[in-house]
Amino acid sequence: MTPLRRLLEEESWEPVELRTEEIFINMGPQHPSTHGVLRLVLRARGEVVTEVVPYIGYLHRCAEKIGENVAAQQWIPYTDRMDYLAAMNMNLGWALTVEKLLGLEVPERGRHLRVILVELDRIASHLVAVGTYALDLGSFTPFMYCFREREKILNLFEWASGARLTYSFIAIGGARADLPSGWVEACHQFLDELGPALAEIHDLLTTNAIFVHRTAGVGVLAPSTAIAYGCTGPVLRGSGVAWDLRRVGEPIYSRMYQDYEFQIAAPDATGRYPDAAKLPSPPKKAVVGDCWHRYFVRMYEMEQSAKIVRQALDKYTASSGPVGQPIKHTHKLPRGEAYLETECPKGQMGFFVVGNDSPIPHRVRARSSSFCNLSVLSELCRGALIADIPAILGSLDIVLGEVDR
Amino acid sequence: MEIAAIFARLREKFGEGIIGLQTENVDPWIEVSPQILPEACKFLKDEPDLAFEMLNCITAVDYLPETGGRTDVQKGRIELIYHLTSLRFVRRLVLKTVIPRWQDNETGRLPQVPTVSHIWPTANWHEREIFDLMGVYFIGHPDLRRILCPEDWIGHPLRKDYQMPLEYHGIPLR
Repeated sequence: MTPLRRLLEEESWEPVELRTEEIFINMGPQHPSTHGVLRLVLRARGEVVTEVVPYIGYLHRCAEKIGENVAAQQWIPYTDRMDYLAAMNMNLGWALTVEKLLGLEVPERGRHLRVILVELDRIASHLVAVGTYALDLGSFTPFMYCFREREKILNLFEWASGARLTYSFIAIGGARADLPSGWVEACHQFLDELGPALAEIHDLLTTNAIFVHRTAGVGVLAPSTAIAYGCTGPVLRGSGVAWDLRRVGEPIYSRMYQDYEFQIAAPDATGRYPDAAKLPSPPKKAVVGDCWHRYFVRMYEMEQSAKIVRQALDKYTASSGPVGQPIKHTHKLPRGEAYLETECPKGQMGFFVVGNDSPIPHRVRARSSSFCNLSVLSELCRGALIADIPAILGSLDIVLGEVDR
Repeated sequence: MEIAAIFARLREKFGEGIIGLQTENVDPWIEVSPQILPEACKFLKDEPDLAFEMLNCITAVDYLPETGGRTDVQKGRIELIYHLTSLRFVRRLVLKTVIPRWQDNETGRLPQVPTVSHIWPTANWHEREIFDLMGVYFIGHPDLRRILCPEDWIGHPLRKDYQMPLEYHGIPLR
């Protein structure tokens, strides 16, 4: 008999008294699934999370203070660096806000040009959201598929603006330049390739059993909670609220989309989407407002955006004239205040400007959609499992550059 | 409902607490006194024909005395601007309240204004941000801590007379 066997067969073994206690777990600021420098402090009882406290500010770059010290046009590059995954949308938000204060009108061709650019960037941003979300849940392949498509959009933007991420292309008063010749055809070709690529991602993820298990019924956000916390964009629409500023925004913004045909990506009470016959139907476990619906809203929105870009390309080619002349840096802002929200990929991004008879604004403010969407996290994670925290956080699709500004 | 009608409803309910209506600006606004701000907000949210369910943004703007342009507040002022949305009626509203830069004109004492975070939970983080960057104390806020700057940061950077410190924990800043 070995000593170990003898030890095990001794009858003096007594069960050990195990204590259970609350533990604090630090997630971040360098955690891969926090999508940037975000720190979450989880209070957990075993595997169940009772409280999540987000700590932000690691990427605070004083954007608002800088905005008070440069001319309105010069602040455009700083807006690029807020939501750097959808810089065109940020440029547009700020440009429209100042145009609203100035009472400036952009020519028709310029409006169509802007629609093409922001909707392409919406697709690019959602591709990152979907790809990294799959990565958070342990699936690597969709990430590569998404980035392959996004790369094509970045190539198009590089061709037009010279930059791949921080474009500063849409300017107050219009755009920096017109599209180069041959660009429209290349964009059409990209859109033709996008449809099959999205179908591939649907095959890989949307009805994938593991993906559905990780997302369906997890992190359910009630519409009333979403509204109370100021959640917007796919987070709000995933809860079944058909609210899209492209349709119901202020006139200066929604007028850009008035002749366009597209559906608002929001499920009805039974979880069905409008005109979704060709798309996979929601799994049985999915509840309106859960992570699966927030994911699916983004997939659905990409198809709608592609539809908008096709219409915009036609309208753009059909129209003639200039795309708008960017205002000079010395252009004075009148005394007054203007606030405008636009529908960005992450949600409603609002800009506020106070003019003071000077080219430099008295005050600028950026209302960040990710900031508000993140504030609902502690509400969503109460009672969730630790392993579900990355699933819930990823479904909110935040960008820390925009949260911290 | 036009902003004038909303203003009339509020005037009827709160009387002199509703200070004025400004319609010359691009976005017209209603100015309310800080004392009745939470009641007015609750009224705007709960009345079925107003139903401003969403608070989009709170902004604080600092005006030093010389740039104020208003004579009644001698020592400058801070304006708090609340942007509300009614999803039901697709309607937007701007509320404004004006507070002094320092409580009782005593430099260093933060001005106070009642919180609205119990009406719209989204105000919780927005008010923390304003406390952090602009130095406004929100009475009744459940968790008024700095949010963007480090916990031990000194001063409120978005104030117009803010001086950048020379160093932070031995890191030269200038």
